[in-house]
Amino acid sequence: MFWNTLLMSLRAIQRNALRSFLTILGIVIGVAAVVALLTIGEGAKAQVTKDISALGKNLLSLHSGVSHRPGASLMSARAFNLADVDAIRRDIDGIDHVVPSASARSLVVNSNVNWSTTITGTTADFLPCRGYKLEKGRVFSTAEEASGNLVCLLGATVSKEILDGDEPVGQRIRAGRVSCLVIGVLEAKGQAAMGQDQDDLVLMPIRAFQRRVAGNDDVSPIYLNVSDSWSSTAIKSSVESLMRERRGILPGAEDDFHVRDMQEIASLVQGSASVLTALLSAIAAVSLLVGGIGIMNIMLVSVTERTREIGVRLAIGATSAEVMQQFLVEASVLSGLGGVIGLGLGLGGAALATRGMGMPFLPSPLVATAAFVFSVMVGIVFGFLPARRAAGLNPIEALRHE
Amino acid sequence: MNPIDTVNNPVPLVELKGVHRVFGRGESAVHALAGIDLKVEPGEFLAVMGASGSGKSTCMNLIGCLDRPTAGHYSFDGIDVGALSADQLALLRRHRIGFVFQGFNLLPRTTALENVELPLVYQRVGSAERHRRALETLNSLGLLHRAHHTPAELSGGQQQRVAIARALVTQPVLLVADEPTGNLDSSTSQEIMELLTGLNREQGITIVMVTHEEDMAAFASRIVVFVDGRITRDELREGGTSCSGTPS
Ligand SMILES: Nc1ncnc2c1ncn2[C@@H]1O[C@H](COP(=O)(O)OP(=O)(O)OP(=O)(O)O)[C@@H](O)[C@H]1O
Ligand SMILES: [Mg+2]
Repeated sequence: MFWNTLLMSLRAIQRNALRSFLTILGIVIGVAAVVALLTIGEGAKAQVTKDISALGKNLLSLHSGVSHRPGASLMSARAFNLADVDAIRRDIDGIDHVVPSASARSLVVNSNVNWSTTITGTTADFLPCRGYKLEKGRVFSTAEEASGNLVCLLGATVSKEILDGDEPVGQRIRAGRVSCLVIGVLEAKGQAAMGQDQDDLVLMPIRAFQRRVAGNDDVSPIYLNVSDSWSSTAIKSSVESLMRERRGILPGAEDDFHVRDMQEIASLVQGSASVLTALLSAIAAVSLLVGGIGIMNIMLVSVTERTREIGVRLAIGATSAEVMQQFLVEASVLSGLGGVIGLGLGLGGAALATRGMGMPFLPSPLVATAAFVFSVMVGIVFGFLPARRAAGLNPIEALRHE
Repeated sequence: MNPIDTVNNPVPLVELKGVHRVFGRGESAVHALAGIDLKVEPGEFLAVMGASGSGKSTCMNLIGCLDRPTAGHYSFDGIDVGALSADQLALLRRHRIGFVFQGFNLLPRTTALENVELPLVYQRVGSAERHRRALETLNSLGLLHRAHHTPAELSGGQQQRVAIARALVTQPVLLVADEPTGNLDSSTSQEIMELLTGLNREQGITIVMVTHEEDMAAFASRIVVFVDGRITRDELREGGTSCSGTPS
């Protein structure tokens, strides 16, 4: 019987194709919007995760100054130095690389081509630590790191801008006021999550940078790679207590430095992305409600229009439960159909949008199932009133209806 | 439900005893039926006549189990209809009674075949069997070639024949027809009446039919006349056609 009712309702919908389509438009739009938003949100989250992990695996960075609190304390914070780096290396287990860095904006010049970039003094471990690879040439030798020879590695962007196809390795360029030898070029890494160019940089040994470019011993930030089997939270707190001790911060006093955990930032960003997606989806879901009311409206009209039909069905022996079932099934088939069309449109839209934004397209079976089930439910809920009205008709009155 | 033996059943198919049907209450109450006694034996072909508003349709609705009497008793084939629930009435209509209306009442934009299949859908007959029986019934009414046409594509006479096919496809014991020829021209009416007479004679189907026209009533084996909710005349027609039956 249910199967026959389903077929009957499909026939009824087909007989009124245009009206049926307009009826379910609200559901179509609602489901499409929710599905598209959720799918795009999922893609954005995956993208953020990928971008942040591209900054370096299990990366912690140690900065001087108080985090998230602009003001006087920033000015008074003492910078780190290479002794701090050595202390971390010596005292804390579970770190793959401890990499000092210090940076300055500067012009780099090759013959008469200028390029403004960031010069970073660091060690060879900067590459594995931050997820860079060597395109050609070599990295700093231990001797170069210790002595402070003026050698440098160029980021892909810098190499392209100032050398423009010339063989970079062996060239001498000017970085700020000093002349240095290019010993290698980094592989391009592309844009970061926030849109900045990660290949616009020049690396040189930290001692050379301190002596010849910065003119001081400051180190900031210090990058740390937490080993795979260690927890970044535990390492973070070991580093914090070591630094408090070295910087003589009294118990109860505030830190004048902070450790950033990329994993933490990633989950933070993901969290806010989820909240945003949920919020937008909730707004879109309102149109599902509106769509449901649309279905109720049309079904009520349809019950009135088909009063005679209902009378005939009752006269030939339909029970009121069967009439009720017929209209409920019709409403839920309508809304389910709207759900399926909306699902298709939503996934299609999300596929286009994620492709356009260079994000992964991650359709979720859960979202698809939920969209379908929910739209059928909308039909049942909003079809209930019209169906009950149809089932409550008196056969004689229904047959007399004009 | 068991098909009953229409010839040897000692119980009248339809038995109304002091039946009243009142619409509304108090001042505005309408006594559509004011004490009806009527027996219809299996196999009779009864014509019901009377002025407009005399209660004929009201009586047909009662006999067809679409309605229940306000007072008095109606037993259909020995079953006390007044005691049945709405769903039980629906089952009685589904299995035992066929209706033909003045306005045909076919489902619009639905083929003749689908219209005829509809009662079988409610009887839970499988689709192949349903198809076969609907086509067979349409064929017996000479409408096989119109099976896939919608009512809008059929003439009035054809529509009424589809409606009769729909009423007959379940092989009911009683056919209730309220002015079946009311919307048809006289030659088409003649055809429909010949059809009904044939059904009554060859298949023993009991027919209760309302009509305004003497010519149509002439096909019946018995005529009752309503005046203001009462039966004033009840006569067997000599020239009428019937397979059996005696008036009460
Ligand atoms: N549902 C109803 N509510 C109120 N009054 C009704 C209802 N049905 C019928 N009546 C009244 O009962 C009376 C009998 O009506 P009925 O339809 O049985 O007459 P009829 O003999 O079939 O007339 P016609 O030949 O015009 O079809 C009329 O006065 C009518 O107004
Ligand atoms: Mg009438």
